[in-house]
Amino acid sequence: MASVTYDKATRLYPNTPRPAVDSLDLDIADGEFLVLVGPSGCGKSTSLRMLAGLEEVNGGRILIGDKDVTDIAPKDRDIAMVFQNYALYPHMTVAENMGFALKIAGVGKEERAARVLEAAKLLDLEDYLARKPKALSGGQRQRVAMGRAIVRQPQVFLMDEPLSNLDAKLRVQTRTQIASLQRRLGVTTVYVTHDQTEALTMGDRIAVLKDGILQQVGTPRQLLDAPQNVFVAGFIGSPAMNLFPADVTEDGVMFGTALLATPRETLAKVTGTSVTIGVRPEDIEISPIEGKGLQVQVDLVEELGADGYLYGHSEVEGKRTDIVARVDGRDHPNAGETVYVHPVESHVHLFNTESGERINPAAGH
Amino acid sequence: MLSTLLYSVAAPLAAHPGLLNTARKTSFWNDLWQKFGTMFVGIAAFLAVVGLILFLADRAPKRSRDVWQLIAFVAPGLILLGIGLIYPALRTGYQAFTDGKDNFVGVDNFVWIFTSGEMLVSLLNTLIWVLCVPFFATAIGLTYAVFIDKSRGEKALKSLVFMPMAISFVGAGIIWSFMYAYRSKGFAQTGLLNQILVWIGLEPVQFLNTPPWNTFFLIVVLIWIQTGFAMVVLSASIKAIPTEQVEAARLDGASGWQVFRNVTIPGIRGSLVVVITTISIATLKVFDIVKTMTSGNNKTSVIALDMYDQAFRFGEVGHGAALALILFIMVLPVVIYNVRVMRKQREIR
Repeated sequence: MASVTYDKATRLYPNTPRPAVDSLDLDIADGEFLVLVGPSGCGKSTSLRMLAGLEEVNGGRILIGDKDVTDIAPKDRDIAMVFQNYALYPHMTVAENMGFALKIAGVGKEERAARVLEAAKLLDLEDYLARKPKALSGGQRQRVAMGRAIVRQPQVFLMDEPLSNLDAKLRVQTRTQIASLQRRLGVTTVYVTHDQTEALTMGDRIAVLKDGILQQVGTPRQLLDAPQNVFVAGFIGSPAMNLFPADVTEDGVMFGTALLATPRETLAKVTGTSVTIGVRPEDIEISPIEGKGLQVQVDLVEELGADGYLYGHSEVEGKRTDIVARVDGRDHPNAGETVYVHPVESHVHLFNTESGERINPAAGH
Repeated sequence: MLSTLLYSVAAPLAAHPGLLNTARKTSFWNDLWQKFGTMFVGIAAFLAVVGLILFLADRAPKRSRDVWQLIAFVAPGLILLGIGLIYPALRTGYQAFTDGKDNFVGVDNFVWIFTSGEMLVSLLNTLIWVLCVPFFATAIGLTYAVFIDKSRGEKALKSLVFMPMAISFVGAGIIWSFMYAYRSKGFAQTGLLNQILVWIGLEPVQFLNTPPWNTFFLIVVLIWIQTGFAMVVLSASIKAIPTEQVEAARLDGASGWQVFRNVTIPGIRGSLVVVITTISIATLKVFDIVKTMTSGNNKTSVIALDMYDQAFRFGEVGHGAALALILFIMVLPVVIYNVRVMRKQREIR
């Protein structure tokens, strides 16, 4: 087991103006499950492949434990990787696939068989050891790929979107299996996904990337409650946070007709006359009575059992703005009605409109 | 197609107008038109027959329509196959047991082959050919394909090795005859290889006159031609191996050689078999190179050349047919193996 450190690690592909990964600084603790998340092309896979040694590092360093691995060949890094398409060896049986690394390392036949069997038990693959990958289902192949990593007992697990080839139901199931397996084995894991739900449910901490630049690292709770900028605010959370411009007065920020009292230190960080305000759907209160707040026309209510999501729109600075709010499953306004919404004031996020940076302190942080 | 045909006839005429006088020209054109007329009538008749058959097949009773349509489409191919392949094969098989004049002689032809010293040399030579050419052509082609994979100028490097494929066996034979050409010591050498030997201070060598090495010098020619084929097929097959598999193997700790043995070779196994068997079959049938370079003299003959010589030069049709049968029996296991591996490969993918 070991920690992993990215120290200003940079990857610049030849003939491209902008680095794919731009001076990434990241410390991953021993035994931690860290998720790299971001939209496609954000550099998350490249970051992982740099750690694996499959991608050159053009600047900075990467350390596993105390060892600088920046210029070390993949095979000497003591890491195991699970690929998106699993990359199983098609001509080998499941047992041979899982035992290949041990065979290369010169581990004896009996110990190899024992370790493969142990991993197979862990993953419920005992009955399939003699089969070729061709004769397995997608979920089983995924488990073999996991098994191949586990058998090696490496310092670090690397997983590159290992669930994206599974169907929705299996993905949810496997997601919890992987997370609990990782906690049981206690191996440092770096996991890449574009799916923020996967990131929130699996990671000890999450690193959000965009355009090769690290936006924020934190626990799922931190990312939900205190997003550092507009991008993180909009990317993490489902349904996404409501984000729209709001006018600033001397005393605070206007939410429709309601004034949200705002401390002076926060207002001092505003440039111009407006801020971007962010409110999560679960932090919105709805009242049918005309009063203070934002007037919203209800378009649709999505019933999800205990809860429902109200989709509506409002006029903000002359532009139609979509608003999502969580409502009670049984007692909610219906489509076509007009309601007034007001945020839970302790969970309002304010961002500088120009820079996108957060300007108000987050509740409880 | 018609226009190219017309052009190929008209072009030489246009180039040498003086060669033909007016009278001959007229008769030539009359002749030509007559031939074209016959051709058009033939094509029209052919289309009419095809049309009629298709029409009848379409109008066949509903229940058996599929069968009739199948027959209408398959029959022409089957008939041509029968005339061009099956009947000659059967006839050759029969002739192998005759003296060529329909007198049955039992296995005499085969006894002659396996007791005649010359024929035994041919059989041995053919064996040497079929062991050497596929092995070296594939090994060199594979090595080359692996080393130039993803290198700069890969396409140009590939073309260099592939180009000999475009040269006919006869052409290659003539080219290499010049390479091996020999003149006595003291005379200016015309052959490249002997010139090199003279340059480095050695005696010129009669490459094609000294058995058993002359057979190997002929074998080099076919290897030179077939390496390009092996290289192109194997290179495409190497590129079809998913990159992730190679990356996974590297992460699993495999060295370059171990990746090659455990991922690349199994990944291209099907293509390897196709390449080796295809080259083997081509090698068993080798004729042109030997014919043009040595005519089979100095113990360089191979079965296909003897088959031709016996049947068409010496009029020993029985001997020729027997040799053809032996060649067929030698090719057969290679083809069967090829088919079986292809079928197995399909199950893996």
